[in-house]
Amino acid sequence: MTATVENLVNQPYKYGFVTDIEVETIPKGLSEDVIRLISAKKEEPAFMQEFRLKAYRQWLKMKEPTWPHVDYPAIDYQDITYYSAPKEQEKKKSLDDVDPALLETFDKLGIPLSEQKRLSNVAVDAVFDSVSVATTFKEQLAKEGVIFCSISEALKDFPELVEKYLGSVVPINDNFFSALNSAVFSDGSFVYIPKGVKCPMELSTYFRINTEGAGQFERTLIIAEEGSQVSYLEGCTAPMFDTNQLHAAVVELVALDDADIKYSTVQNWYAGDENGKGGIYNFVTKRGLCAGKNSKISWTQVETGSAITWKYPSCVLVGDNSVGEFYSVALTNNKQQADTGTKMIHVGKNTRSTIISKGISAGRSQNSYRGLVRMGPKADGSRNYSQCDSMLIGSDAEANTFPYIQVQNNQTKVEHEASTSKIGEDQLFYFAQRGISVEDAVSMMISGFCQDVFNQLPMEFAVEADRLLSLKLEGSVG
Amino acid sequence: MIIDNSDVILSVRNLTADVDGTPILKGLNLEIKAGEIHAIMGPNGSGKSTFSKVLAGHPAYTVTGGEVIYKGQNLLELEPEERSRSGVFLAFQYPLEIPGVSNLDFLRVSFNSKRQHEGLEELDAFDFDDLVRERLDVVKMDPAFLDRSVNEGFSGGEKKRNEILQMALLEPTLAILDETDSGLDIDALKIVANGVNQLAKPENATLMITHYQRLLDYIVPDFVHVMAEGKILTTGGKELAQELEAKGYDWVKAEDVAEVAV
Repeated sequence: MTATVENLVNQPYKYGFVTDIEVETIPKGLSEDVIRLISAKKEEPAFMQEFRLKAYRQWLKMKEPTWPHVDYPAIDYQDITYYSAPKEQEKKKSLDDVDPALLETFDKLGIPLSEQKRLSNVAVDAVFDSVSVATTFKEQLAKEGVIFCSISEALKDFPELVEKYLGSVVPINDNFFSALNSAVFSDGSFVYIPKGVKCPMELSTYFRINTEGAGQFERTLIIAEEGSQVSYLEGCTAPMFDTNQLHAAVVELVALDDADIKYSTVQNWYAGDENGKGGIYNFVTKRGLCAGKNSKISWTQVETGSAITWKYPSCVLVGDNSVGEFYSVALTNNKQQADTGTKMIHVGKNTRSTIISKGISAGRSQNSYRGLVRMGPKADGSRNYSQCDSMLIGSDAEANTFPYIQVQNNQTKVEHEASTSKIGEDQLFYFAQRGISVEDAVSMMISGFCQDVFNQLPMEFAVEADRLLSLKLEGSVG
Repeated sequence: MIIDNSDVILSVRNLTADVDGTPILKGLNLEIKAGEIHAIMGPNGSGKSTFSKVLAGHPAYTVTGGEVIYKGQNLLELEPEERSRSGVFLAFQYPLEIPGVSNLDFLRVSFNSKRQHEGLEELDAFDFDDLVRERLDVVKMDPAFLDRSVNEGFSGGEKKRNEILQMALLEPTLAILDETDSGLDIDALKIVANGVNQLAKPENATLMITHYQRLLDYIVPDFVHVMAEGKILTTGGKELAQELEAKGYDWVKAEDVAEVAV
């Protein structure tokens, strides 16, 4: 062990390249005219423009939240580009029409889209800056009645579905960033699983921010009708820029009676350099509504990137016997800051929720778990179990836990457990004394620590997530 | 006991070492040959635990002078994991708990890292499972401990048994037992001592570090060294330990025994 535990160095970020492609952007800044311009460019139905303008007017009256345990300079919202799209906007019938530079970009990111190379059991929607460039397996999914397309296409082809559900889980004025997203969102994924259908493959969206100074505001809407099932995964990367980029997404999930939605995220946005320069501000609102009885929504997230993460994937358990789950691994290194957790709102009877949160802090990073469990007055027989574990690597990292519990019904049960462990010199020496290298030791300890969460990921991605964490920490200890 | 020089496993000359700038070892000399069992005894703060950690390469200790030759090579040049793979084993006084890492995985990775170092093929999970179950016998350990996290929630005695199980798998050339008897009741002490005795072979060597003579009733040393203030003050046979037990450490200091050159 020649170096010390403090010598925390990040593995070079291998997704940090920029694709040289002609893009169409609009001037920086935000106004009603800009919103009308975005809406016009996307040839949206009238209700959508109204939705946006309403959100913008609300947003103007709102203040950026200051309660998260993160620290960053004020964001100039007039210095952001709110729309950026690769030029070449004709309707793409097949992948052959997609700019080869874009296909190559996704290839390099490990998300092959072409027929020969794509993953056989995963349908992918690839989003580049503000727009979706390709969605695979659309026709095969359509045979089952499953709709999987970009939200822009859904607005054209299924406007009544979008109008019915958009903003129904995350209201326009829910928070500052959701209002901003509602005003300017450019694209994202739309999923509709009809009654009784078990989606035959994993659905996945891959988000790529490319243009410097462009914000990314994607919007995802997933609707699972009665008795249906779907597993959805999103991945994200961005080039390395010295400036910070804003990513403010909104994800809404609706599960009707007996429906089951599993939503997994592997987030690897550029995190900034070891001194905290550059990186993505990841301010995201994700919420699932278990509207129907016996419905289930499960969030699994592996958060490794972003300069700042502010994100609380939540479940509103309205239907009786509905189930909400949150499994999270949040890793911060260098000067990253994360304030992430969940909200489990128990409304219906006999609702159950499980929260398993694993925070890993290395370098000089700050990693906070913030979670709310609320048992409403009618939530008789409901239960929650929460477990929040923190792991500190080295001696300059910070881990915090902020659990909030609100119980308005004495026929409920709430359990909370927490632990803190450390990977320090002595643990590593113990491994070394048994012949095990520092890299193997860290990877064994991290895998073990995260196992409960990785077990929830679709198989292909569990291996990937495990590898990703090891890479992120490579050279960070010892 | 006349053993040829080529059987020297460890040779320590004038070793000095610091922790955080404070000198702890102040000119230590020791020679250990194949087939020998040595015991270092001494009062608290004499530097005996420091010595064991310096031999294993703990990063908190800085060697400031002297040399340590292990099987003909400079031990101090090797990284801690290389020392382990080449046969230096330290049974910890306080074995660490590693949550989330199963004991079985830990043992297998450790075992295979040594196999790899020796140019041997790694054992797969099935063959390793057979081997480890056989070795459990050495310390009469319940197989249920294999599936638990390394040392997590183990009692003091279980942790020490787990250390000896690791030793049984790695078959070290030089086993250093740091206060292995501390925290053990008499039954556990017998099991652990019995395990160590089974593993002592003519081609390897054992170095026990202990405060009390008790352990030496069960693992009988060929040599007993008394350590104080960072050096070895006197060396004798097993009877020295009994004398110490009877008269206390002050006796050695009072005698002002000149350092015994090894």
